[in-house]
Amino acid sequence: MQAMLQYAGYLILLLVLAYPLGKYIDNVMRGRWVWLSPVIRPVERFLYRLTGVNEREEMTWKKYLGCALLFNFCGFALLFALLMLQGRLPLNPMELSGLEWPLAFNTAVSFVTNTNWQAYSGELQLSYISQMFGLTVQNFVSAGTGMAVLYALIRGFVRTYDDTIGNFWTDLTKSVGYVLVPLAVVVTLLIGSQGVVQNFEDYTTYNLSETVVTEYGTAISKGVVPGGPAASQIAIKQLGTNGGGFFGTNSAHPLENPTPFSNLVEMLSILLIPAALCFSFGNAVGSRRQGVTIFAAMFALLVLGMGIIGFSEQAGTAQLAQNGAVLLEAGDMQPGGNMEGKETRFGIASSAAWAEFTTAASNGSVNSMHDSYTPIGGLITMLNMQLGEVVFGGVGCGLYGMLCFAILTVFIAGLMVGRTPEFMGKKIEPYEMKMAVLACLATPVAILAGSGIASMLPEVAESMNNHGAHGLSELLYAYSSCGGNNGSAFAGFGADTVFLNVSLGIVMLLARFLPIVAVVAIAGSLAGKKKLAVTEGTLPTDNVMFAGLLIAIVLLVGALSFFPALSLGPIAEFLQ
Amino acid sequence: MMRKNNSLSKEIFSSAVAEAFKKLSPGKQLENPVMFLVYMSSVLTTLLFVAGATGFYEDAPVWFSLAIAVLLWFTVLFANFAEAIAEGRGKAQADALRSAKKDVDAFRLISPDYQAEGEVVAASSLRPGDFVLVRAGEQIPADGEVVQGAASVDESAVTGESAPVIRESGGDRSAVTGGTQVLSDWLVIQVTSEPGKSFLDKMIAMVEGAARKKTPNELALQIFLVALSIIFILVTMSLYSYKWFAQNELNVHEVISVTQLTALLVCLAPTTIGALLSAIGIAGMSRLNQANVLAMSGRAIEAAGDVDVLLLDKTGTITLGNRQASEFIPVDGATAEELADAAQLASLADETPEGRSIVQLAKEQFGIRERQLAENEVTFVPFAAQTRMSGADIGTMQIRKGAADALQRYIEEKGGVFSEECRQAVDRVAKAGGTPLVVARDARILGVIYLKDIIKDGVKDKFADLRRMGIKTIMITGDNPVTAAAIAAEAGVDDFLAEATPEAKLAMIRDYQAKGHMVAMTGDGTNDAPALAQADVAVAMNTGTQAAKEAGNMVDLDSSPTKLIEIVRIGKQLLMTRGSLTTFSIANDLAKYFAIVPALFAGLYPQLNALNVMGLKSPETAILSAVVYNAFIIVALIPLALKGVAYREASAASMLRHNLLVYGAGGIIVPFVCIKLLDMLFGLFI
Repeated sequence: MQAMLQYAGYLILLLVLAYPLGKYIDNVMRGRWVWLSPVIRPVERFLYRLTGVNEREEMTWKKYLGCALLFNFCGFALLFALLMLQGRLPLNPMELSGLEWPLAFNTAVSFVTNTNWQAYSGELQLSYISQMFGLTVQNFVSAGTGMAVLYALIRGFVRTYDDTIGNFWTDLTKSVGYVLVPLAVVVTLLIGSQGVVQNFEDYTTYNLSETVVTEYGTAISKGVVPGGPAASQIAIKQLGTNGGGFFGTNSAHPLENPTPFSNLVEMLSILLIPAALCFSFGNAVGSRRQGVTIFAAMFALLVLGMGIIGFSEQAGTAQLAQNGAVLLEAGDMQPGGNMEGKETRFGIASSAAWAEFTTAASNGSVNSMHDSYTPIGGLITMLNMQLGEVVFGGVGCGLYGMLCFAILTVFIAGLMVGRTPEFMGKKIEPYEMKMAVLACLATPVAILAGSGIASMLPEVAESMNNHGAHGLSELLYAYSSCGGNNGSAFAGFGADTVFLNVSLGIVMLLARFLPIVAVVAIAGSLAGKKKLAVTEGTLPTDNVMFAGLLIAIVLLVGALSFFPALSLGPIAEFLQ
Repeated sequence: MMRKNNSLSKEIFSSAVAEAFKKLSPGKQLENPVMFLVYMSSVLTTLLFVAGATGFYEDAPVWFSLAIAVLLWFTVLFANFAEAIAEGRGKAQADALRSAKKDVDAFRLISPDYQAEGEVVAASSLRPGDFVLVRAGEQIPADGEVVQGAASVDESAVTGESAPVIRESGGDRSAVTGGTQVLSDWLVIQVTSEPGKSFLDKMIAMVEGAARKKTPNELALQIFLVALSIIFILVTMSLYSYKWFAQNELNVHEVISVTQLTALLVCLAPTTIGALLSAIGIAGMSRLNQANVLAMSGRAIEAAGDVDVLLLDKTGTITLGNRQASEFIPVDGATAEELADAAQLASLADETPEGRSIVQLAKEQFGIRERQLAENEVTFVPFAAQTRMSGADIGTMQIRKGAADALQRYIEEKGGVFSEECRQAVDRVAKAGGTPLVVARDARILGVIYLKDIIKDGVKDKFADLRRMGIKTIMITGDNPVTAAAIAAEAGVDDFLAEATPEAKLAMIRDYQAKGHMVAMTGDGTNDAPALAQADVAVAMNTGTQAAKEAGNMVDLDSSPTKLIEIVRIGKQLLMTRGSLTTFSIANDLAKYFAIVPALFAGLYPQLNALNVMGLKSPETAILSAVVYNAFIIVALIPLALKGVAYREASAASMLRHNLLVYGAGGIIVPFVCIKLLDMLFGLFI
């Protein structure tokens, strides 16, 4: 009962915060004057003057896409160089050396693509300058890129007989400057107040009160407390659906997520912007109902997923009970259920909700180890990513991904009402269809191909902690996480090998940039079309039936693609 | 020709069977990527069977490979058959048309005069601009415009209508079609078509499907189906490697054969819709042809499904062709009988249907008989465009009838008075949707004749149905706005265009299109051509001019103004069939997964048998059942693909609900039942 209240509380808080934020974001992206404008507008204008950006310029889709890709490529190149060279750069109190190229490639790709898959371990391998000027910058701009591309698509729906879809530079600047930075400041302060570290100190070494001897006989008498500018980075990694933790164990680490309140703030931050963007979309296209319909479809999938994970974790499994040795019943002072891999300070409900939020939103930060979830709990987290990260998904990219699914939905449903398909007044023709399937199928193709190849390689099998069905789950999870640009890890999987770094890097690139290319192309094509009138003969796309159909298509594509794979992994485990 | 060929089904059937084998050539198969995948799978399983039978490589039990190979070949053949049978009807129609298209001799004139000199040449050597003389009994050698003469022409070769029609120079009845026959008199025709590009050639190409290109919508659907197929190829390939991984982990031997995976791939690929896609398109075209409408492209039919504004000519569509006198309204102290008597006299020589209806009404109401008046006593004044009146002079008495404003001018010139009472009577008639005809005797107005438009039975309901589907109906009429408004209200159209000129029509179409509507219209005259060219669906009457036919994207061989509604129905039904069968095809995959996945993996993880919810007997029977279902569902759905799904006029939302229930839910349930039954059947033998 208490868990139920907790789940419901999260969802209601999310809704209450997301709705006004959605309106605010739409005003910002449409260049309207907002209450933060007096502070930010001068900075914005200064930036344009500095970089020579003409903010009134309208770009064709090709130019828009060119700018977006160029910007991301430069970001990648800089980050890659920074990671390789960090040993010779300042702000490196622990004197960490530069990364090897495969790991640097993987990490750079991972942050540019908003994935934040962590093949490295933050406090052990990255200097403060890499964290701050490398990763944190990408945390902002990769999320900003997502919002920019989303607004390009929105303009495609709104404009008629127009060959331009906005200006990438202003879209990026506005999304980062007016939305991400102010929110990050707020969240940094909130979690900083809870004790999340924010310093430039050396790591602190302390003596243990009692020497610990490991099972291999090593005696440990000293502990190390890491430091660093964590709070500021954590704020944006949550808000920007990035997920790359400052510390290796991510938000399960006490210095990253110390209290239930910091947990609540961080968890809500995961879904805040993706959820708000649904309402921004509704405002922008002039139909709040349309925005709410898309939101409802995502929300329903979220609640469903959360319910299944929560139930499954609380119930545990027969194997876990170990013939009564482990108490699965919740009782006084006992959480019951499957607590393996979960922090006792969060418990099952907070962990399960986080697991659902983070995999639904392509965030990838974790406050518990998904590897230790029950088979069904783990399956849901995996499926969330395999659906293409459209259950809210990443900032911007979740919604534009969902809109591509909506295009597929109106295509089939639209034919059934005896018209050639149209969505929000725009005809869906072969070109849009080609691009929409490219966007929707990039994720499943990347996951299936990547994991298919990986499972043939003996070296991959060697980097696994577990074997049998669970081993396949770990492998599948890794590729799903990168293919969904999520970045969370199932753990139990040594990911820092040349093959895995490179192949997962490629999977992340495909899953991120194929949809971006496709979506901007769709935007360009739609902007040039006329807007059809809405009549009784038009397929309504802003009602419950459409939300249901959209859910069905998303699940269908996901199920058709992954049912066999999942049945060899978590389903086989579950039925054991 | 269109309606005669329904009895040929047996012939069509046997030629379709032969055609199904002919279509096995790889080039032909490549046109349909989904079926090409099945085709390649058939080749692969056949090779595996041969390898197994010769002991070269054993992938699966030999009998099993053979069974799968045979079934996959049948799947390909069934798809070919579906397309062939859809084409068959068109081929038969084309053959009938071809027989009309013999190369005849033509008499080419040096100038457009029937007495000019000329020479006999082959029809195939005629070029646009040539003049030919065609006499009674001869076949018209090419499409053209009549420049001299008038004749009755038998156009049954093209329209199937045996009653001859009049073709004459000037006006809107000047177009003639090559392959039709002059029955009486003669015509001088200016040729308008290049050899091989005549209307008849186009017709043959269209009904035969030779000129058939994939429509944009078909292409878009195909992209979707190809994308799904690619996913399924990856699904099966990755399964192969997962299996490899799991085998190593579990230390078990080969448990999943390539044959099984191929069977899975074919079952998952959207073969049902892939096989029927082109048949659906061809059948839609065929249904249109059977309605005696010829579309110049497949695109036009789909556009018909999208149309949401119909411009309908009042006459013939909404009202019966002719107005009828329904009341005599005397004014200024005249009696009704007096009015009727004068009106009858004025109309005796009037051979128009309106004129005759006045005579008829006078007889019915007052028993006034037709009178034989001596020629010298009566001078009939025919209708003239300047005066816009007609009438009769009997001795010194002058009777005139005509439109109110014309009569007002006439009576005021004569020094009479056009009274307020008369004005009111005129207004009353106009407001009721009638046409007022004022009758005057000498300088005195006797009254008004109420000419009434008769609205066709059932049109009101029809328009209400269309409205429910979101289709707006707009009445086009030359009547004045007051009359038009009354008729529009009575007929239940959404809007009207009164005193319509070609320019006004064109402007209206542009206006609706700018607001995002898709507009359909019919037209026949040359002055309709710009509007026809602008409309999204433009149906030209076959009786219309060449210019109209060229501007339109469909030709109605029956020249029926109500055809538009039927065309919209056919267009919508075509799209609905495509969507519904796609839904059905994809929904089928659920059951196929539950049949095949447990069968494949039970060897690796016995616990996965729990997914065998249908309780299928063995992996072999499960896979065979799924593959057999997959092949035969194509055959089972051919009639639906040809006939189209059930259609009714309803809103998009309710149509969607209905089709989702039937084809979506049905698509989930049907294969579960069928595969279980097939498995029980196979279980008896295996």
